Amino acid sequence: MSSPSLRQWLETDTPVSRGQALAGRFWRGFMGVVGNPTALIGLIIVLVLVLMAAFAPLLTFGHDPLAQNLSERLAFFGSKHWLGTDTLGRDLYARIVYGARVTLTIVLLVSVVVTPIGLAVGTVSGLMGGVVDTILMRITDIFLSFPRLVLALAFAAALGPGIENAVIAISLTAWPPYARIARAEAATIARSDFIAAVTLQGASTWRILIKHIVPLCMSSVIVRLTLDMAGIIVTAAGLGFLGLGAKPPTPEWGAMLSGGQGVVLDQWWVATVPGAAIFIVCLGFNLLGDGLRDVFDPKSS
Amino acid sequence: MTQLESSPNQFSAQDGRTLAFARRTSLFILTLLITFLGLTAVTFSIGRFVPVDPVLAIVGDHASKATYDATRLAIGLDKPVPVQYLIYLKKVLAGDFGESVMTSKPVLDDILTFFPATIELSTVGILLGVFLGVPAGVIAGATRDRWPDQLVRVISLFGYSVPVFWLGLVGLALFYGKLGWVAGTGRLDVGYDDIVTPQTGIMLIDAAVQGEWDVWWNAVSHLILPGAILGYFSLAYIARMTRSFMIEQLSQEYITAARVKGRSYWGAVWRHAFPNIMVPLITVIGLSYATLLEGSVLTETVFSWPGLGLYITRSLFNADMNAVLGGTIAVGVAYIGVNAVCDALYQIFDPRLRAP
Repeated sequence: MSSPSLRQWLETDTPVSRGQALAGRFWRGFMGVVGNPTALIGLIIVLVLVLMAAFAPLLTFGHDPLAQNLSERLAFFGSKHWLGTDTLGRDLYARIVYGARVTLTIVLLVSVVVTPIGLAVGTVSGLMGGVVDTILMRITDIFLSFPRLVLALAFAAALGPGIENAVIAISLTAWPPYARIARAEAATIARSDFIAAVTLQGASTWRILIKHIVPLCMSSVIVRLTLDMAGIIVTAAGLGFLGLGAKPPTPEWGAMLSGGQGVVLDQWWVATVPGAAIFIVCLGFNLLGDGLRDVFDPKSS
Repeated sequence: MTQLESSPNQFSAQDGRTLAFARRTSLFILTLLITFLGLTAVTFSIGRFVPVDPVLAIVGDHASKATYDATRLAIGLDKPVPVQYLIYLKKVLAGDFGESVMTSKPVLDDILTFFPATIELSTVGILLGVFLGVPAGVIAGATRDRWPDQLVRVISLFGYSVPVFWLGLVGLALFYGKLGWVAGTGRLDVGYDDIVTPQTGIMLIDAAVQGEWDVWWNAVSHLILPGAILGYFSLAYIARMTRSFMIEQLSQEYITAARVKGRSYWGAVWRHAFPNIMVPLITVIGLSYATLLEGSVLTETVFSWPGLGLYITRSLFNADMNAVLGGTIAVGVAYIGVNAVCDALYQIFDPRLRAP
């Protein structure tokens, strides 16, 4: 299949299979993001983060993120240590690159935990309506009105430091908005004709939920997730900064920042470099999220 | 005929109005109560999660079996979990959060000491956020896609993306370390400590009331940087929301009508559209104030600001769970309370939500 015909296959108005329709949808979304300069910048930043995490050993050229060298501590930017060294003489560049793995792990785990919870609560609520809806949405509202950061802190304190516990603490307070979004979508979809049609064909509630409602809720959930990534990364870094995130000596950006706190007046780069990394990645997710929202959900922009 | 019909109708409308109001109010209060119960249930569960044996924490490692068992009975650990929760709830309602290991004072006293500093800081933050963010958002919405809009969007995008503790550190290094424009961490320079007797606990008010203007200016120079940083965060959110409300209002027909009648564009923006976005803005401002109250945890850590956030984080590292959970409840109640007040204000100010 040559490339122009592949393009026609993707952009056709009359897909002949479910797979083709799905591929076409992704293609149009991709073109929408690529056609939007700010969203493209966001996409590139996120891709760089992923590549950094994937190829960390290659990209650090033999620098060990954990190797201490006290004779070269607090070095400034230079040819040997591109981004300088921290208080224990560890190479900041290598730690930033390896830190991408920690950040990406946290973000992925939170997404994997939060999305199913939010989708389950929201779609069931929207499809069932009535008492189930009222009860589930009340619970969601209660969780929504909790102070998220302080509760995450308290959870992390109770569970002890560690990436897994930080993920649990963040997820426990992060799912309610997804339930709200999924419910709003599900309630609209549940009233539409094609749901009535599959109900008449004898589809079970479970099948309607999994096969028809959940896929249609996904795009708004993904958009919201992308927009929330920045918040998740900052919260995770905040927990790390307070010493409740990844355990040392794991190169976690928040913890690295906290390590530079004591020397910020003289060796400003030790705290600034990881902070800039967090900032750039959050910016990337926000730009990408804004772009995705414009593409998939034009009404809310 | 008309008169005969209208008089019973009036009665029922009156009744319906009172009934609807009573129903909404009781639902509102019920929701608040349930939310509070939920909050205490969560803190209670966190308290039970902790891998520290609460009995050992009291009696120590070397207590005899008899003392251990007696203490266990005394703090009610033999009772079923729901009963334990009720005991806990009763204590919390009475303001008894236990004693802090770190300060060896009742946690409630500590909360009352530390909370005013948090309120002071977040209030400065929200004032900056509102007085800069709302006009910025209005101008951005009114000049959609032109340079003022792009500028405001970039500013608020940065505010969404930058970690607050990093901004605090960099701000300290630059404005305190390099330029010396502001004072460093804490609420006052050491030399100014203990001059002002705390009355409200809010330094700016106490110092002004007692006429200690040197202290007042010192407090301002300590407050301005963390306040501005928190203000920037609420500005980012408030400007963004104001902008989208403004764009929505400006697309309405009444704006076109006002323009057709000869109202200038900015006249239409400020006199016609702006009053209509003030009601939804109440919720936005309330939410960001509540977020500042809880979100100041990290800022307070960076600036050693003696507020509730610093109290909670310091207690965390001393495994002082009474203090952590008490502080969490205090922040939670403030957070829920601010949001509830805004909901109520929204109901009062939005004519469409008044009883029919």
